[in-house]
Amino acid sequence: MSATTLIQHMLTGISLGGAYALIAIGYTMVYGILRLINFAHGDIFMMAGYFMIFAMASFPWFISIPITLIATIALGVLIEKAAYKPLRSAPRMSIMISAIGVSYLLQNLATYLFTALPKSYPEVPFLKKIFQFGEISASLVTLVTPVLTVVLVIVLIQLINHTKIGMAMRAVSKDTETARLMGIKVDTTISMTFVIGSLLAAVGSILYFTDRMTVYPFSGSLPGLKCFVAAVFGGIGSIPGAVVGGFVIGICETLLVAFGYSTYSDAFTFLLLIVVLLVRPTGLFGEAVTDKV
Amino acid sequence: MSKKKIRDILLSVLLLAAAGGILAWLQADSSNHSYAISIIERSAIYAVVAVAMNMLTGFTGLFSLGQAGFMALGAYVTGILTIPVELRANVYYLNGIAPWLENVHLPMLPALILGGLVAALFAALIGIPILRLKSDYLAIATLGFAEIIRAFLASPAMNTITNGSFGLNNIPAFSNIFVPCVIAAVCILLMVLLINSSYGRAFKAIREDDVAAESMGINLFRHKELAFVISSFFTGIAGGLLAIYMRSIDTKTFQVTLTYNILLIVVLGGIGSVTGSIIGSFLINGGQEWLRFFDEPLSIGGVQIPLFRTGFRMVIYSVLLMIVVLFWRRGIMGTSEFTWDNLFGLFRRKKKKQAGGEA
Amino acid sequence: MANNVLHMETITMQFGGVVAVNGLTLDVNENEIVALIGPNGAGKTTAFNCVTGIYAPTFGEVSFHGETILRNSPQGKMKKLYAGDVPAVDVKPLIKTPDEITKMGIARTFQNIRLFGNLTVFENVLIAKHMRAKQNVFSATLRLNRAEEARMRRESMELLEEQNLAQYKDEIASSLPYGLQRRLEIARALATGPSLLLLDEPAAGMNPQETMELTEFIAQIRKDYHLSVFMIEHHMDLVMEISDRIYVLDFGRLIAQGTPDEIQNNDRVIEAYLGVSHDAED
Repeated sequence: MSATTLIQHMLTGISLGGAYALIAIGYTMVYGILRLINFAHGDIFMMAGYFMIFAMASFPWFISIPITLIATIALGVLIEKAAYKPLRSAPRMSIMISAIGVSYLLQNLATYLFTALPKSYPEVPFLKKIFQFGEISASLVTLVTPVLTVVLVIVLIQLINHTKIGMAMRAVSKDTETARLMGIKVDTTISMTFVIGSLLAAVGSILYFTDRMTVYPFSGSLPGLKCFVAAVFGGIGSIPGAVVGGFVIGICETLLVAFGYSTYSDAFTFLLLIVVLLVRPTGLFGEAVTDKV
Repeated sequence: MSKKKIRDILLSVLLLAAAGGILAWLQADSSNHSYAISIIERSAIYAVVAVAMNMLTGFTGLFSLGQAGFMALGAYVTGILTIPVELRANVYYLNGIAPWLENVHLPMLPALILGGLVAALFAALIGIPILRLKSDYLAIATLGFAEIIRAFLASPAMNTITNGSFGLNNIPAFSNIFVPCVIAAVCILLMVLLINSSYGRAFKAIREDDVAAESMGINLFRHKELAFVISSFFTGIAGGLLAIYMRSIDTKTFQVTLTYNILLIVVLGGIGSVTGSIIGSFLINGGQEWLRFFDEPLSIGGVQIPLFRTGFRMVIYSVLLMIVVLFWRRGIMGTSEFTWDNLFGLFRRKKKKQAGGEA
Repeated sequence: MANNVLHMETITMQFGGVVAVNGLTLDVNENEIVALIGPNGAGKTTAFNCVTGIYAPTFGEVSFHGETILRNSPQGKMKKLYAGDVPAVDVKPLIKTPDEITKMGIARTFQNIRLFGNLTVFENVLIAKHMRAKQNVFSATLRLNRAEEARMRRESMELLEEQNLAQYKDEIASSLPYGLQRRLEIARALATGPSLLLLDEPAAGMNPQETMELTEFIAQIRKDYHLSVFMIEHHMDLVMEISDRIYVLDFGRLIAQGTPDEIQNNDRVIEAYLGVSHDAED
């Protein structure tokens, strides 16, 4: 494989990784605060794809994108309020089953509403613009994704470290009960986490599907699982970890496909999960939590 | 023997005889009852998987979502080995069949058991790393492995064995309705015996409190592995039964949705109740047929009712799952089991209520 | 030392940079009641967890009836971080799991009761018999172990009768009143057939009357089952009344050991409990 093709593949990988990173942040933040794998997160990402399709059917892109973002946020918060909030004090297994139920519902709802056939994703013209650097060509979306990802992550980290709501989030994820006693509005804080997670998922969705070009009801499930693995790899609860994890998985997957092992590119992700959980369960940047006996 | 015990045994024998009688009656005129037979067969098969899943989730406290993968293993082993040798050229017409496999043929029962063993062996291997994981990590890891199994079975490298993405067909059907029902009953009986044995108590101890269980001398890993392997064995057998029931399978049959359907049965029936899982299976599978009209366009007085079209049934199912989880967490049976005492108790309570209402 | 049951040698347990137990050496001899006391956060429960295998100590060795059950020295990253008072030497680690340790004859109770809440009182005790039963999963499933199962049930029932819990045998464990739950947890520990019983704050949450009964109860089970008892306790009446020897832990370090009389008059112990010197500094 020549250097040019390698660079070409690396570009694709980095771009895919950027989208993964944005989704992975949603997993890591929700897990950090609720200790819940939000099985529905991948399906929120899928629904964002459909929102964009329908918005673009009647509006230009600069109106469609805000519509998509807002609709996705609304969906995320609705799910939290309807399916997770009533189960705060329930056994963990119930909340997990509820999350699976939401995922199952969204997939079935999408099949019912939009049929199981892939729908083509609308083109945002300027994102598809092709740039040529010598022999390497890349569309703008490929170049924008990693940059946008990094910018959003920096903003997010500033938000978490330096604002009141960010402080509340950190407090709730450390100790929900104590945070409540300190007068932090726990429910608002949790909703805010879902707002941020869904917003990033929507951005990720636009970047991801612009490259993939079709959406179908199950197109969120496998990327969702992969992004969860990315979050675990980086250390669940850690935002920089999720970003690194997203990029690692995106790049590895693209390279595996490029070298002709596409059958095993999905299997690779889960192998990575197993290896991480065995060798370093806290992930790259995670903190160890010991149960008190 | 107490009077009550005699009564219970008598009633149970009567119930079994009645069930057998109904099955015999259906079988006697099978062409007219093919619909009912098909529902009962599928319910029995799903009941085995549901009980196996419940053994892990409800009794050992291990939340595993790998059912579809283990079913796929059992289904493929059973399918490949039972397809008549003379029909194999037809089935594998695109890729051909591996020469070593060409003439290997097994009768149904050994093929099913072999399918279960393959699933169990695979479970034993992946159990070593993943059973050390905490609940939600375990769920996602098993889900991941199920997907890997599916990808592996459909991969081009497996073309001459599993027929890759083309799937298998011409799998011989059950000779009569008793075959799947009796096999399912035996599987469930064995699981019930295990759950009520000393090992079952150890499983429940782990579910209740793993630290305390360990301090009672229960080796956590060994017992979790045991529960996982045995559950996967029966899941594999059920997968084999499903292959025979469907007669043609491909890897799309064994998507995550299948696992979620089983989960719905377990949750509806009650996590931790074997009879609940069995009742749940018959309700969901029976209901699935009954709800089929939701998937067909419906017009009343010439007006199309817009809700009714393909996929509506699955939406109802997922809403049902959410409702059970959110508002009715114990499901039909909670953690209790069906006993004659409970049944009579139920009637008595109802009577009392009525009497109380009238007074 | 005659008939040593438990020996802890320079046990150090470090979590990250925090040394929770620092170079603890102690002994429990046959048929002895030994108490481990100290202010909250002194590292008592951590020391317990190092005996039962829930934690692998960072450094040190635990032996039971002369046989090593746990042995470790700082590994990996801990080599640099290690901050115990006793200099670490490299040894070959040997770490038994909690179930292996229970099987050897160490049973324990927990600070915050850990019963099998949704199971009956009888089942709670019966589970303890599982590990020594001569059976395998096939014989148990196919009911070929009837004799063994009958024996387990008989022994569990006998134990419940001895502990005056027989009348509650079909009650759900979590529905019992607090005091009975404590008793059941001890009964369950006894059912594993231990020669050493570890009690983690057995009198926590009990009133003086109940504490007095518990004191007698502990003395009684030592006699009846010929046990050694090693316990953590805050109720000084109980500790002073039944302990043969007492170890005092403060900030992870052993500050005193001796008979109840010696401990009661030890200046360092009084200081640790009343915090004289610390308060003076403030």
